[in-house]
Amino acid sequence: MKAVALIHRISGVALALFLPVHFWALGKGLQLDVFLRWTEQPLVKFAEWGIVVLLAAHLGGGLRVLAIEFLDWHEWQKSLAAIAAMIVVGAGLAFALAL
Amino acid sequence: MNYRSETALWIAQRVSAAILALCVTVHLITIVYAVRGGLTAAEIFARTRGSVGWLAFYSIFVIAVAVHAPIGLRPVLGEWLGWRGQSREIFVLAFGVILAWMGMRAVLGVFT
Repeated sequence: MKAVALIHRISGVALALFLPVHFWALGKGLQLDVFLRWTEQPLVKFAEWGIVVLLAAHLGGGLRVLAIEFLDWHEWQKSLAAIAAMIVVGAGLAFALAL
Repeated sequence: MNYRSETALWIAQRVSAAILALCVTVHLITIVYAVRGGLTAAEIFARTRGSVGWLAFYSIFVIAVAVHAPIGLRPVLGEWLGWRGQSREIFVLAFGVILAWMGMRAVLGVFT
């Protein structure tokens, strides 16, 4: 399996595991602030940054798959991988700077 | 699973992926905007409570995720864990239903 495809798969599995926790936290209503205070810890913040980067990685990898399958851009695969990497770095930087 | 069902899953995965590409882009921009200066429940609710636009957006987002994630997990379970057959299909279906239920609960939680 190519590295880009492997990253797409691993990020997808990680997001699938994260989603139930994310929904559970958002479903807490007014108790949400207690949870948000817990997320202020440096390690949790780092994990949040990680999940945002994984989301961007899955988006970039997914756009690459859609482009390869539907746009007949097979010869552009390396460029598409680079575009996917740019999306990841861009989103990661933007989130890190906003924290 | 027969050929027709596999094709239906493939189409559902690509259609949900196209919807999610848009939703995730909007979500990433919203995250970066929202976390500036810290995140509070009041800030989130101020944005989402009573907003039909956000309700519609996140409802579509959740439904697309509930379709996309289980279909994506299917081959991973098969190839990496050797889990195939009916028990896997029941598991991924249940996972999708749980995601849809928890997701819509979260969406309605921040809307009302």
